[in-house]
Order: sequence, then structure tokens, then C-alpha cells
Amino acid sequence: MLEAKAPEQETRKRKEPLSVGSDWTFELLETYDREFARLADKFRLDTYPNQIEVISSEQMLDAYSSVGMPLMYSHWSYGKTFLSNQQNYQQGRMGLAYEIVINSDPCIAYLMEENTMPMQALVIAHACYGHNSFFKGNYLFRQWTDASAIIDYLLFAKKYISQCEEKHGISAVEDILDACHALMNQGVNRYQRATPMSAEQEKAQAEERAEYIQRNLNDLWRTIPVRESEIERQEKRFPKDPEENILYFIEKNAPLLETWQREIIRIVRKVAQYFYPQRQTQVMNEGWASFWHYNLMHEMYDEGLITEGFIMEFLHSHSSVVFQPEFDDPRYSGINPYTLGFNIFRDIRRICEEPTDEDREWFPDLAGTDWLDAVHFAMRNFKDEGFILQYLSPKVMRDMRLFSIDDDEINPYLEIDAIHDDSGYRQLRENLAAQYNLGNREPNLQVYNVDVRGDRSLKLRHYMHQGRPLEEKSTNEIMKHIHRLWGFDVKLESVDTQDLVQYEFSLPDPSQS
Amino acid sequence: MSIIIDRRLNGKKKSTVNRQRFLRRYRGLVKEAVQDAVDQRSITDVDSGSNITIPKKDLSEPFFHHGQGGHHGHVHPGNKEFNSGDRIQRPPGGGGQGTGDGDASNSGEGADDFAFQINRDEFLEYLFDDLELPNLVRKELKDSTDYKLKRAGFTTAGSPDRLNVIRSLKAAHARRIALSGKDRKIVRQLKRELREMEVNPEELDQQRARVIREEITVLNKKLKRTPFIDDFDLRFNNMAKVPQPSSKAVMFCVMDVSGSMTRDIKDMAKRFFLLLYLFLERNYEAVEVVFIRHHSEARECDEQDFFYARETGGTVVSTALKLTDEIIRERFPTNEWNIYIAQASDGDNWEADSSKCRDIILEKLLPVCQYYSYVEITDRHHQNLWYEYKDIEQANSGHFAMQQIRGYSDIYPTFRRLFEKKEGSHAGS
Repeated sequence: MLEAKAPEQETRKRKEPLSVGSDWTFELLETYDREFARLADKFRLDTYPNQIEVISSEQMLDAYSSVGMPLMYSHWSYGKTFLSNQQNYQQGRMGLAYEIVINSDPCIAYLMEENTMPMQALVIAHACYGHNSFFKGNYLFRQWTDASAIIDYLLFAKKYISQCEEKHGISAVEDILDACHALMNQGVNRYQRATPMSAEQEKAQAEERAEYIQRNLNDLWRTIPVRESEIERQEKRFPKDPEENILYFIEKNAPLLETWQREIIRIVRKVAQYFYPQRQTQVMNEGWASFWHYNLMHEMYDEGLITEGFIMEFLHSHSSVVFQPEFDDPRYSGINPYTLGFNIFRDIRRICEEPTDEDREWFPDLAGTDWLDAVHFAMRNFKDEGFILQYLSPKVMRDMRLFSIDDDEINPYLEIDAIHDDSGYRQLRENLAAQYNLGNREPNLQVYNVDVRGDRSLKLRHYMHQGRPLEEKSTNEIMKHIHRLWGFDVKLESVDTQDLVQYEFSLPDPSQS
Repeated sequence: MSIIIDRRLNGKKKSTVNRQRFLRRYRGLVKEAVQDAVDQRSITDVDSGSNITIPKKDLSEPFFHHGQGGHHGHVHPGNKEFNSGDRIQRPPGGGGQGTGDGDASNSGEGADDFAFQINRDEFLEYLFDDLELPNLVRKELKDSTDYKLKRAGFTTAGSPDRLNVIRSLKAAHARRIALSGKDRKIVRQLKRELREMEVNPEELDQQRARVIREEITVLNKKLKRTPFIDDFDLRFNNMAKVPQPSSKAVMFCVMDVSGSMTRDIKDMAKRFFLLLYLFLERNYEAVEVVFIRHHSEARECDEQDFFYARETGGTVVSTALKLTDEIIRERFPTNEWNIYIAQASDGDNWEADSSKCRDIILEKLLPVCQYYSYVEITDRHHQNLWYEYKDIEQANSGHFAMQQIRGYSDIYPTFRRLFEKKEGSHAGS
């Protein structure tokens, strides 16, 4: 799939190669980085300043296990990740990622010292110019994360949590963190703008907030013995509108939590919110970065800055990054986001530069326009779902030979409802886009009601999407966590589109008492 | 412009805390796994780290996700023969292709085991968790043979190798400040005056300026003469001798090697001795091992002979005990050594010898040793040696313990029983 470039550049004046051989030095890293920066500028890649850190494989393992962040509070689950990674790595079952890049300002990228020079160059192009410009440009990141504050915030979080551990014991803190981690995906705001805050402000407000919450809570639970008709009690729900951010709701309203516990919930919530855009832009983000490392390296090659051998090694690594096993391959584990994203971005360029009749029909606005404008527009204004819906072309579907399976539990069979042919393109594209819609992928849970005047029980609702139930075992586990946070009875009901309750979970379990 | 930083020298053990947290949280599971591991592994590598495997389901981190059922579609790459409208059989169990990656990858559900490595120290810690050495009375030395040097502040005199550079330079700095402070103050004053004068140059001032400049040169010269470092500044680390309690232990392995001891029994005995050795090693700085083998007579030997040489003959236990006593008196003065004796046998002994054994143990060995443990590796009836020992045990419950081992799986539990932390009651069955 990686054909050589057309030889029209031969006429251009070729420069001396920057390096020969596979060893890297810090001087070379600088040289390459400078060249990439120059090229990135040419392609209008707007980035945060880069901070490139060279680390050893052990340090990479460390970074791996704390969700890639340079600092993170301590938790056993990171230890678990570390141990399993270490085991897999030592037994050769897993290679380490060549890089980790952090959405911060300056943008921190980790390079492994074991990498060869072509590898380092690839990583710099991929992370420091690809991902970096995505972090800075994509609307989700712009809206939801504050790159300049995250490191400070994590520092604050780490300190705060270790102080709590000193004061209240490791186990007590662990209990809260475990519960919060279980609800992490339900701890993000989806539609409301988060106002970023610096660590100092954060700290200053922590106490104020705590006091305020405590005051408010007392009001909320003040039980004045006023007789109300049963119906009226039913009608008044708290919260008035269902709340999707369960952690937020618990932080603000759980009656029995202590101040420090609320603060910890808040910390987990903030971290979850920070990662939220990344979960929604995996295909785009990786595709964008791969698209640019591919382009930048070729640009370098065309200018004569890198040697034949260098580009060969690069192409080898590149094709293993964007390798997509087919569905019946034992290595298959879903669609490789690198491949899908890379293919789409590259196809956008192709459509702009060499449109076919099919493209003119499918993408009339795109065909023949400036490709650089087109890819930048795509990168800035979409998340995975919309990106696929907008840009997945018949050619990419054909190239990847995509097909869609319809799985309905009322049928004893699975049906192929669309394949890469004229009648199937649109359906296929919609199905694939829906697959990347977090709203479909993750269960939709909301805080429905709190029995404020009664037993203070918390009622959550799961709005079923296409009749899909919750996985029972882990749901029961999470119920225990919610119960621990809320302190009173917890109920969870799965309702279908007619608001009819299909499944119910409750703690304590009424069937057992 | 990018910044490139070399972080390779930064700490790499960032995950240590998290790793410890993990082990702490699953202490119970890890302990179980360690005990399983020790039963399974070969004798020679008890003393290394270990792969630990615990069931994954116990470590799951739950999150809300969809279960089986409902209606959903999924897109896959690499179509070969499918056409739209094709129907295929649902894979059994509902898993496989149809369920979609976002949901099927909830790896927490798998019954796989979670495997990881712990190092030797951790392994031993879990292995010997809640065990203690009986009578761990560190013996004080009467003579000044065993001292330890401990840091005890700083002195102004000492040998050059004890020189404390930081303290010395600090002292020098302080001295320089103290000695030259006055002069430097004057210099500063003069300089200030000079600067003011330069602003309005008059004839009279010019002269004064010259005088001042001269004065400054003189003072500066004087200042320069203050030595950078002086004998007076030197500081040395002071070391004090502190008498050390004995941290040496000797372990006597006494084993019957008569014809009735099969290879299997010896193997079991070896494991037992090994555990004891590791355990002692954790508590003492130096552990020596003396191997005494006996049939109808006893002999000190090396480890190889002890476990693997073949011999036949009758069994007279008392010879070994006598030899032990002799060796202790010759080589291991009781004020220096903590003495542990472990005896393994299949219970056979010459009838008339058992009472002799009892006398030797009671009169000679028990008074000098910290602990005497006896394991009988047999599944037959006990013979008279066992009953004689039983008497000793009743009279000396703190120093003497005995257990029976029937098979490999008994070894570790027996060991635990012998060395359990005692709360009031004595060990034994």
C-alpha cells in the first residue's frame, strides 16, 4: 500500500542526508526536530512547544502503567498494570510503544533510548508534530482540556491524595478511589463546558467549596415534617432533570461523604474529563499522526535529507503500525484505529488531488480543492463518529473490504447487512460511525431520583440502547461501589424506549433480606 | 523550538509504590500463591523469586458496559465471500465475531490467571509471614571481639580518609566571613565614596580618590591573604565503637541415613532443612550449617554427602547427638553463637538407645541451644524414639518441638506449625 513517490522531485536540488547509520545522538535528534519543524510549518501544523524526553524502557514501563502521565496519584490498579506489562514485556509477548505523548503545554513526548535513529525520527514526526497539532487544533480538545494546567493539576492531585492517605489511611483512600474508578466513564460532562482552572485556584477553592457543600447538604436533608400527598411526593424528583455525570452528582449530593472524599471524587472526575476527548478521537488522532509522519518523512526523503536505507526502515515500521489483520486472522482484535484514520486522511488528500468520477459524486465539495485545507478542516472540526460519517469514502471501504454484521438477539442467526458495494456503502458507513459513537458504545446511565424525604435511596436509570442490557457481574460490583459512596440504598433500573423497566439491580438486594 | 531532555538517569522505580499497593491489597491471594509455589518447585530454587499466579476474576476493576443480547451491528475488515443478506450461524456462546470489540474486550470476565513476578525477598516475606524464631535472644558478647562502628557526629581531628568535605568547607566559609567581614565592609564603604566622587570631579576630590584607591588595594591584598581553607577548618566524621549483639547462628542438621531412609524421605528432609536455613538467614547476618549424618555411628560431612551418599547399617541416634555436643563445645562457644538443631529421621532407632538420646538432649543440648526441632518422616506407627521425645517436648515446650511429616505437602505446614508465632500455647499436636 505504500507506493514510492512520483519521481518529479528528482529535479529538485537534493540536500546532504542528515545522518547515516541507525545510531542516534542528541545532536541528531535536534537536527531532525529542526527539519520537521520547518516542514510542519510549511504544512501549517500548529503545535504547542515540544518537550522531547528520552527515557529507558523501564521508565517507559512506568509511564505505561500510570495511564501515560508523568505524574499520577498512587493506586494499586496502576501497580497491577505495571506488573502485567512487565511480565509481558520480559517474556517478549509485548513490545513497548515507541512513544507516549501527553496533551500538555509544552507537549511532552517520550522517546525510548532503544529506538534507532529512523525510529526516533518517525516518533518525533508522529508525536511532536502529528499528535501535538491535533491536541492543539481539534475542537474537542480545545473545548474540554486545558493543556497548560494539566501537569499542575496532577501535581496537586498527587499531593492531595497522599496527604489524605497520611491522614485517613491508605485503605480509606483506596476505597474511595476504587469506587470512583469504577464510575470514571460516568464522571464526565458531555455537553457543558468545563472551566479550566490552575492548580493554585484549585487549591484555594477546595476549602471554600468544601464548606459550601457541607452547608448546602444540611439544607438538602433538612426534614421538616410536612404532610404531603403521595402523588406530590412522587412528582417531585431530585435532581429535577436526570444527571448523566454520576460522579459529579455524588460529589455534590452524597449525604455522608467527608470533605476530603468529595475532593478525591472531584480529582478522579477531572482526570476522566481530561481523557474524555481522547476516547472520542482515537481514529482521527492516530490517523492524523500517522498521516503526518508518513508525509513528513517522505518530504524529507524527497529533499534528500534521509537516505534510502532510512526510508526503508521507516516504511517497515510504518506498515507494521498501520497493519490491519482481517477479521478471520487470529491476530484480529477489531479495527486498527491507526489504519482506518490513516486511510481516510490519505484518501482525503487523494480525493482533492486526483478525484475520480465516483469521488466527484460522493464528495463534490472536496474533489479538486486544496488538500491541505481539507485535512486541516477535517482534523479541527470532528470527532471519530462524525469524521467517519463525513469522510469514509467508497474507495477506503473497498480497500479495507469492510462489511457489517447485524446481530439481533431475536434472530437465531447473524445477518450481513452491508458490504463494500454500491448498495452497501452508505449503510456501512453509518454502521461504522455508530460504532465509534461513545453514546452507543457505553451504556447511558443517569441519576434519576433520590428519595429525599424517605429513605434517601438513590435511583439510577439505564436508558437501553437497542435493547442492550448491562453486563450483570460487573454491574453488581459497581453497585457496591456506588452504595459505598452514597451511603444509602442504591437502585438501578434498565428501561427501554417506552420507559418500561426491563432489568433491575438494587443494593441491598431485597430478594436476599 | 523543541527542548530535548535526557531523562534516562531519572528514577525508574516510579511504579514501586503502586506495585506495593497491589501486593498489599492482594496479600491474602499472593500468600496462597506463594505457598502453592513452594510445594511445587524443586528443592534447589526455593531461594529465588517466583512467578505468582492469581485468578484474574479476583482482581477485576469493574466498569459499566453492555452484556450479551439486544440488537447491534458491527463492522469488520477483510471481507472475502460475504454478500449483503447472507445469514451466518451465531457463534456458540454469543461470543466471537458478532459481539463487537467495544464490548467483547471486557477482559475482566476471562477466567485467565494474572501472572507476575515477585523477587526473592518478597517471596520469602510471604513464605515466612507470621512466623518467628523461638527464643530469638541475641547473645551479647562478653569480650570486645564484635564491635560495630557507628557514626557519631564530627570531630576536629582524625585521619584523612574520614575527612568530611562539606562540613570542612562550611567551616572554612564561616571563618572567611568572620575574619574578613570588617575589612570588606570598609572596602564597600570606600568604593561607594569613590563612586560619588566620580560623579562630581573636583581637584580636592581627585586627591582623596587617589588615597581611597590605594587604601582599597591594600585592603584587597589583605583580604586575599585570608586562606581559603585552614587546618582549623577541617572536620572529620567521628566513628564510635558500639558493641554488637551476636548475629551469628549455627544450624545443625542431623539426619539418619541408615538403609531405611529412602531417597524420598531424604528429599523431604532436605526441604525441611532448606526452609529452616532460609528462615534463619532472614534473621541472622551469618548462618553456618553443620551436617551430621548417622547410622550406627555419626560423622560430620558436607552437603553433598549428607543428602546423596548411600549407606546402610543400623540406627543409633545418640551417636549423632553426642557428636553435635562435641562440635558445639569445640567450635561454637555458646556466648557467640545462636544454636539451632534440626533432626530428621524416619523414627527408627535401636531400642535401648532412645533413653540415652533423651538424656543427652535434656542435659547437654537443650541448655545451650535456642531451639531443637525434630521431624519424623514416616507414615508408620511411632516407635520409642517418638515417645521419648514427646516427654521432652512436654517438659520444654519453648525450646523443643516435634512434628510428623507424611508427604511432601506436609512439609511446609509442619514448618509453619513449628515456628508459628506463639500466643501463650506451645506448638505441637
